[in-house]
Amino acid sequence: MDILRFITAGSVDDGKSTLIGRLLYDSKSILADQLEAVERSSKGRMDGEIDLALLTDGLRAEREQGITIDVAYRYFSTPVRKFIISDAPGHIQYTRNMITGASHADAIIILIDARQGVLEQTRRHSIIASMLRIGHVIVAINKMDLVDFSEARFNEIQQEYLGVASSLGMKDIRFIPICALAGDNIVDPSERMPWYVGGTLLNMLEKLELSGDTNLEHPRFQVQYVIRPQTAELHDYRGYAGRIASGVYRRGDQVRVLPSGRESRIERIEIAGVEVEEAFASQSVVMLLTDDLDISRGDLIVHPDDLPFVSQETDVLLCWLDERPLSVGNKYMLQHNSRLVRVVVREISHRIDVNTLEHQPVEGAVRLNEVVQARLKMAAPLAFDAYEDLRATGHAILVDETGHSTVAAVMFQ
Amino acid sequence: MMSIENRRMDHLRQLESESIYIMREVAAQFERPALLFSGGKDSITLVRLAQKAFAPGRFPFPLVHIDTGHNFQEALDYRDALAREVGAELIVRKVEDTIRQRGLTEPRGKFASRNWLQTHTLLDTISEFGFDACIGGARRDEEKARAKERIFSVRNDFGEWDPKLQRPELWDVYNGRIHKGENVRVFPISNWTELDVWSYIRAEQIPLPSIYFAHEREVLVHEGQLIAISPFIEIEPDDTVVTRSVRYRTVGDMTCTAAVESTASTLDEVVAEIMATRISERGETRIDDRVTEAAMEDRKKGGYF
Repeated sequence: MDILRFITAGSVDDGKSTLIGRLLYDSKSILADQLEAVERSSKGRMDGEIDLALLTDGLRAEREQGITIDVAYRYFSTPVRKFIISDAPGHIQYTRNMITGASHADAIIILIDARQGVLEQTRRHSIIASMLRIGHVIVAINKMDLVDFSEARFNEIQQEYLGVASSLGMKDIRFIPICALAGDNIVDPSERMPWYVGGTLLNMLEKLELSGDTNLEHPRFQVQYVIRPQTAELHDYRGYAGRIASGVYRRGDQVRVLPSGRESRIERIEIAGVEVEEAFASQSVVMLLTDDLDISRGDLIVHPDDLPFVSQETDVLLCWLDERPLSVGNKYMLQHNSRLVRVVVREISHRIDVNTLEHQPVEGAVRLNEVVQARLKMAAPLAFDAYEDLRATGHAILVDETGHSTVAAVMFQ
Repeated sequence: MMSIENRRMDHLRQLESESIYIMREVAAQFERPALLFSGGKDSITLVRLAQKAFAPGRFPFPLVHIDTGHNFQEALDYRDALAREVGAELIVRKVEDTIRQRGLTEPRGKFASRNWLQTHTLLDTISEFGFDACIGGARRDEEKARAKERIFSVRNDFGEWDPKLQRPELWDVYNGRIHKGENVRVFPISNWTELDVWSYIRAEQIPLPSIYFAHEREVLVHEGQLIAISPFIEIEPDDTVVTRSVRYRTVGDMTCTAAVESTASTLDEVVAEIMATRISERGETRIDDRVTEAAMEDRKKGGYF
């Protein structure tokens, strides 16, 4: 059993909450008392049906307004997989929340209303998914009952979407016709669309192949914390604790520490105090080196024949997440996982329209929810990768130095 | 050489690795972090994760217990033994003292719970020791408001959570920078479900307080829930008091945690029961959440865990 993290993208009327509610309900992940609470809230509605969308709205303001404001996380599992859903709002004014949700996702479900086909928001959600390099896309064409379960309509939307996707470099795209409200093709196969034989949505989610998503080729390990017990028995013990971002490390490997460039050899790898021969991506480990080097939090330990970039100036994609605008010359703290470095925004070359991918000139400041191409200058050399090659060492955030809030998502190029 | 297949972790190891990563971020980013320990299974899991994260170094967080005075004795004994075993400093602050010192009003009623008053003691303890981060065992699957809370949840001077002003939390980059007086609540097992916790406890063979397993107990039957007979609840003449074989699914105060009928006496049997249950953990066992639909949201806004 493994974990699949996915995000659902759709706007207010696409039936996103209904889809999630249906997925939870039909997979029997909703327990009796939670259902009763929803039934109570659904009373007084015209149709007398229970409103599955209510299962997902968390905050009082959201329930009152019937909208999703913030990212909520939902959990369910089947015998083969545990699922974590980032339930993020789809409206343009919540692009920031969608980016946040998308940053945690292995896969995205993009909802399309069968009557409307590909809309501006469909493009926006797809662009954000491709920017954040979400590996798997499921296009769920919803409300098929309102187009008489027409296969021709399904095919038409599929072709339309492939046109959008071709310019975005998306790899794994699947299509599924559904009716979330009635449950067609969510967990149980639809009897009303015999022409569709591609399996249910849950089936697709269970079968997405994730083994290729973890990079085991390029070793990257960033030091989070230095363990020094300083006891009588472990007097000289100096262990570098961190989570392997990508690749595989073995005892005896020759390694280089960045940004200093010093080299040593791996003496020992431990997981929770137990020695192992090798360790691989996303394991939390402790590494001990044969030489006593000056290594601290934020340093990157790599193989000398497989190096990331080390630079003090670089181009990045910035998603602006803050109410206060961004202008050239602003200074921030860049947090690259465990490394903090002061940066200045040197140049903003253009804005990327999240609805069309068009490049537009930036006049004045960059505002909340805008995505721009920018150039950052760091106060000290930084070791990083391009986000499209290695997600885990290719991303960072900008933090306001005085307000301490997180103001931007950074993807290195 | 191991095959690629062998280089994938199962879901419990993935969750464990993520939680260890979060624990280490706390130890690295904060000056004076603490681990809030209730004696319940979630905080027991946190202690195991912290041990793993920092082995063979010393346990880097004091265990802080906000004691309502309404605890199960088994949980208190367990707490003391665990703190000794892991070599952690144990800090206990009592709600009763806060009530006296600050002239607070004891809640009244049949199942008068000091749960809400804990917040006062917690905030006092945070300022007494200058804690800048408090690690807690809350999970997002527990409750609607928790489903929206960040893993690093910034609280203001009053410990208040503002759901509309949460920092975006991208990838696994955790921003723990705060102003003086502010405090971060950190939830390393946010992404675990109740079943994950139990499965992990079983996989790791973590010992638990005995009340988590079936035992005979005198209970009061109230609206279908079974509440332990203790000096802290009021028993009226027409109450139904029976002896049943029960276990606890969650361990909180004796006044606001209900037992479930069970004969499960091993971890395997408990996990089997959890897998088969059709009622949520909080729904089955917490008396305090039933008050209003937004009960947890309100408590969190007021500084609760």
